[in-house]
Amino acid sequence: MLRWVVWRDLILAWRRRADALSTLFFFVIVVSLFPLGIGPETELLRSIAPGVVWVAALLASMLSLGRLFANDYQDGTLEQLLLTPQPLYLVVLGKVAAQWLTSELPLVCMAPLLGVQFGVSNDTLVVLVLSLALGTPVLSMIGSIGAALTLGLRSSSVLISILVLPLYIPVLIFGAGAVEASIIGQSPAPHIYLLGAITVLSLIFAPWATSAALRISVE
Amino acid sequence: MRGDRRVFSDVNFSLVPGSFLQVTGANGSGKTSLLRILCGLLKPAEGQISWQGASIHSLGEEYFTSVTYFGHRPGVKDELTAAENLRVSAGLGGVQVDTDRAHEALERMGLVGRGSVPARLLSEGQRRRVALARLLVCNTRLWLLDEILTSLDKTAISLVRSLIEEHLSGGGMAIVATHQELELSGHQKQRLELAT
Repeated sequence: MLRWVVWRDLILAWRRRADALSTLFFFVIVVSLFPLGIGPETELLRSIAPGVVWVAALLASMLSLGRLFANDYQDGTLEQLLLTPQPLYLVVLGKVAAQWLTSELPLVCMAPLLGVQFGVSNDTLVVLVLSLALGTPVLSMIGSIGAALTLGLRSSSVLISILVLPLYIPVLIFGAGAVEASIIGQSPAPHIYLLGAITVLSLIFAPWATSAALRISVE
Repeated sequence: MRGDRRVFSDVNFSLVPGSFLQVTGANGSGKTSLLRILCGLLKPAEGQISWQGASIHSLGEEYFTSVTYFGHRPGVKDELTAAENLRVSAGLGGVQVDTDRAHEALERMGLVGRGSVPARLLSEGQRRRVALARLLVCNTRLWLLDEILTSLDKTAISLVRSLIEEHLSGGGMAIVATHQELELSGHQKQRLELAT
């Protein structure tokens, strides 16, 4: 069952790959604008790198969240998903997993290339990828709650941002914190552990909240 | 209740295996709301819906193994082919359908050679036929069909009628909301007229 949800969303994403690619390009362009705007001041670039990459990742994930349930809602397949004989929790988990694979994983893979523009060391690049790999699932999870709550509303994409971005703050603090710690030569481990804890918590609670929000939105 | 308006009240009926209920009523009389309540998408303001003696809200997902709901929007994905649409919606309902079986079902619905065509290239009526092919592969006992005859031609309508007749003969139940008269031979039929 879960397999069908993931398979379906991956095929849909592949046939509409312009959507996923636009998220990736947005991320690349936003991050690249900073070195171009600031100029070759290595020290400054290195110190802002964690924040810039992480904020760009948050904003890029906003782009794909609006589509998470809206298309299914419009063509009536969301009703089918709500009426499947399996727990809605699993359906939501499957959809969010597919969204992460198609929209967030490319950002994680692209991050080291972008990090090079900021002149950070190889060790720091590893920490950057690790923090993004741990943190982006939280973005998808929390974002899915916002996407479900704003389903069918006008100007829902703006509403999602207002609802969800403040909830991303802990992820931003620990994610960027881990990279920053690595840049100034400290151990990034405490930040990474806390980020991991947030990821686990969101995996447990967010699908449950999203399911409840979906039921209300479809009524 | 929709908003703070009472759409209908004092509705009471029960279905036995092999029987059929036609819900009629003017636009806005609550046919769709009733069907959405019956499948559990909408919560009734008052009252209770029972399936085999247990309330559907206490049954939860277990109830969905026995029900197929067919709403206004056909639930067909533009990007998937007709056969993929059928396989996915059956798979989500817990029924594994292989490609051959999907093409077979689509052919029975009059979509010969259209199985591998993306759904966005199909006409509105053909998309509804793709959605209706789900009824051929699902093995649920209660069908809740909301305005399924919309944008279907005569052959498709008689096809749907024969599908429902087969379903009832096999001990299934169907609740159909429609404006058109649906004549089924040899089955116990009830009518529910919702007043505005």
